[in-house]
Amino acid sequence: MISADLSAIFYLVSGILFILALRGLSSPDTSRQGNYFGIAGMIIAIIVTFLSIGNFSTSLAYVIIFLIIGGAIGAFIAFRIPMTAMPELVAGFHSLVGLAAVFVAIAAFLNPEAFGLGYIGDIKLASLIEMSIGAAVGAITFSGSIIAFLKLRGIMSGAPITFGGQHFLNLMLGIGIFILIFYLCNSQSSNVFWALIFISFLVGVLLIIPIGGADMPVVISMLNSYSGWAAAGIGFTLENSALIITGALVGSSGAILSYIMCKAMNRSFISVILGGFGADNAAENTKEKQDQKPVKSGNAEDAAFLMKNASSVIIVPGYGMAVAQAQHALREMVDKLKKNDIKVTYAIHPVAGRMPGHMNVLLAEANVPYDEVFELEDINNDFANSDVAFVIGANDVTNPVAKTDPKSPIFGMPVLDVEKCKSVLFVKRSLSPGYAGIDNELFYKDNTLMLFADAKKMTEDIVKNLD
Amino acid sequence: MEIDPFIFRLSIFILSIFIGYYVVWSVTPSLHTPLMSVTNAISSVIIVGAIIAALSGSSGNVFDISSIFGFLAIVLAAINIFGGFLVTQRMLQMYKKKKDKKK
Repeated sequence: MISADLSAIFYLVSGILFILALRGLSSPDTSRQGNYFGIAGMIIAIIVTFLSIGNFSTSLAYVIIFLIIGGAIGAFIAFRIPMTAMPELVAGFHSLVGLAAVFVAIAAFLNPEAFGLGYIGDIKLASLIEMSIGAAVGAITFSGSIIAFLKLRGIMSGAPITFGGQHFLNLMLGIGIFILIFYLCNSQSSNVFWALIFISFLVGVLLIIPIGGADMPVVISMLNSYSGWAAAGIGFTLENSALIITGALVGSSGAILSYIMCKAMNRSFISVILGGFGADNAAENTKEKQDQKPVKSGNAEDAAFLMKNASSVIIVPGYGMAVAQAQHALREMVDKLKKNDIKVTYAIHPVAGRMPGHMNVLLAEANVPYDEVFELEDINNDFANSDVAFVIGANDVTNPVAKTDPKSPIFGMPVLDVEKCKSVLFVKRSLSPGYAGIDNELFYKDNTLMLFADAKKMTEDIVKNLD
Repeated sequence: MEIDPFIFRLSIFILSIFIGYYVVWSVTPSLHTPLMSVTNAISSVIIVGAIIAALSGSSGNVFDISSIFGFLAIVLAAINIFGGFLVTQRMLQMYKKKKDKKK
């Protein structure tokens, strides 16, 4: 219907719209406009594809039906999902992109003529390499994201699963993928293609199972990146610039996010991927601290009294807040404090929660203005001048050990200087160590008051006591 | 001498990585979650390939094996497109409400 040149130009336009979609996210004010650019880009890409094929037979009716089915499911999920479930939703969506890439690659392999890639048994070499890379990365993204989803959803334990020879096995399978691609190029055999996909699924599973819960921000970002590379691989196969541009954008976006997350934990990307954070020293460290030091604990009344008499309060939320769904109660508490002319700000560590920006979204959901929410480097100096730090559901990211003890597994990780506050209120269910398996020295400081309770319940009790 | 079109595509790819690099670094950290959901939505432009595959069946046989994979991929990608953009919109809407409230 329309020429290949014209459609290529339209694909370029939609690629540019996608760039603008990401550009919009540089500030909350422009972000919604950015999202519309993204939607426009997608609509253009889909319509141009219809026009360029120009096949308006019964197939088209089915395409539209399937499009609507998928769209309805997607819309249903998007409206129903609670904000606390965002990490698993994103992981789930990544798996779908991965699987879609695998399916497109399979379709192209089975019917190369439709894509102009040659004939069955005689597919162009370059296309074959591109589609096998797309399929392999897609398959890894799919199975890896499924594992991440199960872990985040709590269906599977978040604890790292490790076994002897794991890294060796992964290495062998990784090499195996390359050998299979090489073999596929020589033989064009469909059995080799299926084997390639199967092994890639396996690699995805093995890659993610050794990674524990709190490392999930890195994993999700990494899978985000993979889904981009898979799309780019397919883009090369289809010679489609919209897909190539998007794949590159998403790939680098995910890679940058992984980098930011790793840096926020002071860990190398490799060590996260190899998994089992603190698995060796965890046991040792908890034993060491068995000589229970005195801990001051208080109740909601004490906490309310302390905060009422403060002039500035900094709130440090963490994953525990998400689990307890305490963000709305928290907001209520802050409203009461503000009524008493107390200055309240929020301090967010980059790896607080289970995905990048997780805490920000939850606070936004509870109607916390985004200009009261600060990143680690912007607020860390303020703790020294503040009266109360209210730590709710965070743990390792406040541990002063990261600054003082070179032997600690989290040494060097940037942490929030919570202990510099005049007093620290620490909401936690028990004294158990956090994810890194190490004791938090903050618990035993003189200016720390432990509030042992569920985050939401405690916050609600404090609200009552603030009246 | 002609340049292989692959080289052009590779150029687009590499330049896009650079664009992505600079654009993503300028994204404010508080919007990192919407960034993930929107990148997820746009990477579903892979639906283009799915549509080509789905429309490749002959008129007598709409569902041959390759077009079935195309149709399945359409459903998966469509879930992502609608789900991704809508959930992003929902999140971004929350960042807006408070701002208006403050004014």
